[in-house]
Amino acid sequence: MSLTVNHLIGIKDVTTEDIHLIFEHAKHFKEVLSRPIKKVPSLRDVTIANIFFENSTRTKLSFELAQKRLSADVISFSAAQSSVKKGETLIDTVNNILAMKVDMVVMRHSSPGAAAFLAKHTKTTVINAGDGAHEHPTQALLDAFSMQEKLGDLTGKKVVIVGDILHSRVALSNIFCLQKLGAKVKVCGPNSLIPKHIKSLGVEVDPNLMKALAWCDVANMLRVQNERMDVSYFPSTREYIMQYGLNAQMLEQLDKDILIMHPGPINRGIEITSEVADGKHSIILEQVENGVAVRMAVIYLLASKLIK
Amino acid sequence: MSSKILLTSLEVDIILHRLACQLVEKHFDFSEAKIIGLQPRGIKLAERLVKILQEEHQITSIQWGALDITFFRDDFRRNEKPLEANRTQINFLVENQRVIFMDDVLYTGRSINAALAAIQSFGRPKEVELLVLIDRRFSRHLPIQPDYRGRQVDVINNEKVKVCWKEYDGEDGVYLI
Repeated sequence: MSLTVNHLIGIKDVTTEDIHLIFEHAKHFKEVLSRPIKKVPSLRDVTIANIFFENSTRTKLSFELAQKRLSADVISFSAAQSSVKKGETLIDTVNNILAMKVDMVVMRHSSPGAAAFLAKHTKTTVINAGDGAHEHPTQALLDAFSMQEKLGDLTGKKVVIVGDILHSRVALSNIFCLQKLGAKVKVCGPNSLIPKHIKSLGVEVDPNLMKALAWCDVANMLRVQNERMDVSYFPSTREYIMQYGLNAQMLEQLDKDILIMHPGPINRGIEITSEVADGKHSIILEQVENGVAVRMAVIYLLASKLIK
Repeated sequence: MSSKILLTSLEVDIILHRLACQLVEKHFDFSEAKIIGLQPRGIKLAERLVKILQEEHQITSIQWGALDITFFRDDFRRNEKPLEANRTQINFLVENQRVIFMDDVLYTGRSINAALAAIQSFGRPKEVELLVLIDRRFSRHLPIQPDYRGRQVDVINNEKVKVCWKEYDGEDGVYLI
């Protein structure tokens, strides 16, 4: 079996079988990561460039570590210290990097569609590490992988995504991924942060957090992305916390245990209290741990298509 | 598809018992030895030999595991089909231990080469030995030879040796296809 795609631009493009294939490999890589020596030589003749036009801690480190665990040669690039500041275009920047014989590019960019643009206009394999408010496919894969680890088959499982859906690439990728795996998805947040046509994706909207929590098996809490907000979407942070902030009392009121996830970075005390983020329901750090294994699987499977 | 029988189920049984005796002769109570079956087809052989050692030689404390070498193979990106991984299960360190690799057929030696690299992720063994059921002569790409062999066979390159186990295939036996 091999992936049906040559790039990972979005979860929208991949099949359910692709997702299962990635998870199967991620399990093997997770075992590799538990060994005393956590490295395999598979990609020793592959060079990968990580191009980050937007800030990132987790994703960038996670990709770099995944690449190094697979023995790939890695070059990393942050736009802040580059010629992008001098006015170089995206395609020029990338073509210059590719001229140095790079086989694969992992890119994060603030414009939706940047990764697809790159895949179309260059000859390299592209992995999207987030493009604006469009998709963040590896995050969705690691979220679903972490859920599956805890809950088993996701068919019929209920997931609520809470918070800033409008600016969130994680939300969109998660919706596609979870639906492909047979889960039911609801979104919850202030009306101003829910995209207008979200229902056309087959997603329900519930403006009441407590009701949504009572319905779900998993709550994925998203960060309020202040940096993407050009106008005020809610009256005050205090009001947001009152309506959509998750705290321990709310979890105690439920008659069941639910999983709490967060893609990071966390605004502690806003969308989630520290008590919940560090509590027994939270699998936030497991998500980060699984991120490396899932990214190893994606890179390995795409690299296997780079036939010599 | 025509196939020729190389070993009958009785012959397989006799060979397994002989190999078990050879292992006991060398490793005695297995206090320092660890058995590693190579995925996917070496596992059954390892399982059988462990069973004989436990039941007929009363070596109860024997430790064994399964090693998958997919990510260590040297033909990644040289095949149209991606290499598919199997489960690795080694719940012990091999540091300073005598490791015995077990595989069904020794052909080019490339799997063993990969296994030698892979096992180092679990420590530095004192010694590594190789046990195979079938040793295909004159087909090696690398200077690798078995320490224990079931049967040596001469097979031309486009023929395939298939080892069948009764648990999977209904009957023990080795065939030339």
